[in-house]
Amino acid sequence: MDATANPVAMRTEPVRDDALLRATRRRALLSRLLAHGALILGVLIVAFPIYMTLVGSTHDAGTIGRGDVPLLPGAHTVENYATAWNEGGGRSHTTPASTMLVNSLIMAVAIALGKIAISILSAYAVVFFSFPGRMLAFWAIFITLMLPVEVRIIPTFQVIVDLNLGNTWPGLVIPLIASATATLLFRQFFLTIPDEFVEAAKIDGAGPARFLKDVVLPLSLTNIAALFVILFIYGWNQYLWPLLIINDRSMETIVVGLSKMIGRGDAQNEWNTIMATAVLALLPPVLVVALMQRWFVRGLTETEK
Amino acid sequence: MQRKVIFRGRLLPVALLLPQLAITFVFFFWPAGRAIYQSLLREDAFGLSQEFVGLENFQDVLSDPNWVNAALNSVVFSGCVAGLALGLALFLAVQADKSLRGVTVYRSLLIWPYAVAPAVSAVLWLFLFQPQVGMIGRWLNAAGFAWDYRLNGTHAMILIVIAAAWKQIAYNFIFFLAGLQSIPASVLEAAAIDGARPARRFWSIIFPLLSPTTFFLLIVNLTYAFFETFGIIHALTSGGPGQATETLIYKVYVDGVQNLNLGLSSAQSVILMVLVIALTAFQFRAVEKKVHY
Repeated sequence: MDATANPVAMRTEPVRDDALLRATRRRALLSRLLAHGALILGVLIVAFPIYMTLVGSTHDAGTIGRGDVPLLPGAHTVENYATAWNEGGGRSHTTPASTMLVNSLIMAVAIALGKIAISILSAYAVVFFSFPGRMLAFWAIFITLMLPVEVRIIPTFQVIVDLNLGNTWPGLVIPLIASATATLLFRQFFLTIPDEFVEAAKIDGAGPARFLKDVVLPLSLTNIAALFVILFIYGWNQYLWPLLIINDRSMETIVVGLSKMIGRGDAQNEWNTIMATAVLALLPPVLVVALMQRWFVRGLTETEK
Repeated sequence: MQRKVIFRGRLLPVALLLPQLAITFVFFFWPAGRAIYQSLLREDAFGLSQEFVGLENFQDVLSDPNWVNAALNSVVFSGCVAGLALGLALFLAVQADKSLRGVTVYRSLLIWPYAVAPAVSAVLWLFLFQPQVGMIGRWLNAAGFAWDYRLNGTHAMILIVIAAAWKQIAYNFIFFLAGLQSIPASVLEAAAIDGARPARRFWSIIFPLLSPTTFFLLIVNLTYAFFETFGIIHALTSGGPGQATETLIYKVYVDGVQNLNLGLSSAQSVILMVLVIALTAFQFRAVEKKVHY
């Protein structure tokens, strides 16, 4: 509307506009406040079980056993963690947490590095070479996506028994390091490396091994870091496989060991030691996610493509 | 599929592929084949002789009321876990998407449960819901609600659903937030100018535009609830009380590892393999859709 043609509108409109603006601003502010409120509530609910576990790990077994866990930390922190670390706990007196943490660390790092190593090698072979059976090999790796451990428990266990690998590190780690996802990811990435790089390397007389070491690996570092975060967590959190393969207590991993400590979940459990062990069991992977968040989010979204 | 410039050589690539292929054959194809083979055999009670029985094991499995019970439990469990984890994550992601300031802080505070092992998550929630020791368990009992997950199957199911869904919220949140942030603001502004209220904007614009993400996450969540939650059930309920929380995966474990019934366990494994293949195929279709979108 032409404002000069209607002097009345000219006088009234700024006033109405102002009120509308204020109302809109107020509504926007209210909606933002509600959003923040909901998010803070969500964060608190998500964090609550961890908080109570931390609190539980600072009281004595008697306080917890009577059902009087306070909302604030107690004074038994040092002794609870010392017991968990040195002796282990629960009435079945499991392995000390220090031993289980080392075992979990070996397992997680071996699985993560193993998966990354063999996936880089196979993706490199599939992308940078042409040979008979290339696609067949690729599909053979790809199809393992459809055969998780959980659906072939017994026969895989039988293979381990036949190979005499029960209760050994190779038996625990090797079956878990085949990785279709990581191979697919590296293949995808290798395909984006410009042909000129390969040509230049060839002209300079670099062979495939040299090209892998000096060009492809340095270019893949971010992908490797992102994948390592995801695979470390995957390895650390393994449950069914170590449960089946390991019955030597000195090789117990902390996740399986923790679940053995709670037994049937009785009130008489040494909950203080159990909670201290639970904190120790979740701390390493949570720290990895917290400290390497950028790579973690990247790894998570990349592996699903 | 193939680069233009490549290295020559036949032995080297095969050598590079060898470790991966060897593991794949020894620990994936050989056991999978063995599962299929054993699913067609039946052992006598002493494990001395085997007899070919065709598809009888499958008939036995499918007509076993315990297996049907486990299948129903799996459906209820996965449905509840996926529903709860997706619903909460979507709600939180929509809230986080509103206030662009602080999004990264909230994301950091919400994503770390992803790193907690399922069995550890079970222990954390047990400490809250244990009827005599746990804070919430005691509140419930004090309030006159006879809460005991060790006696009541529904309670046990609720507990494992909570422990499983809690861990998955982080993952869903990351993907929902990315999906929400890729919806162009101009579309929402246009709707707002047309007078669409926030609720209307959500259901008519955001939710449909988000559906590829939702579908993809639904498949991922169902797969997670089906196959990766063994630790939660094993640590918390061992499938009990009775068989109220026995899922298909847990039953394979019980029949194979504890009852040593190879034929029946293998037949169940084969059925599960078919299920995984179907889920994986769905997942790839979901990813394709995501790319188009």
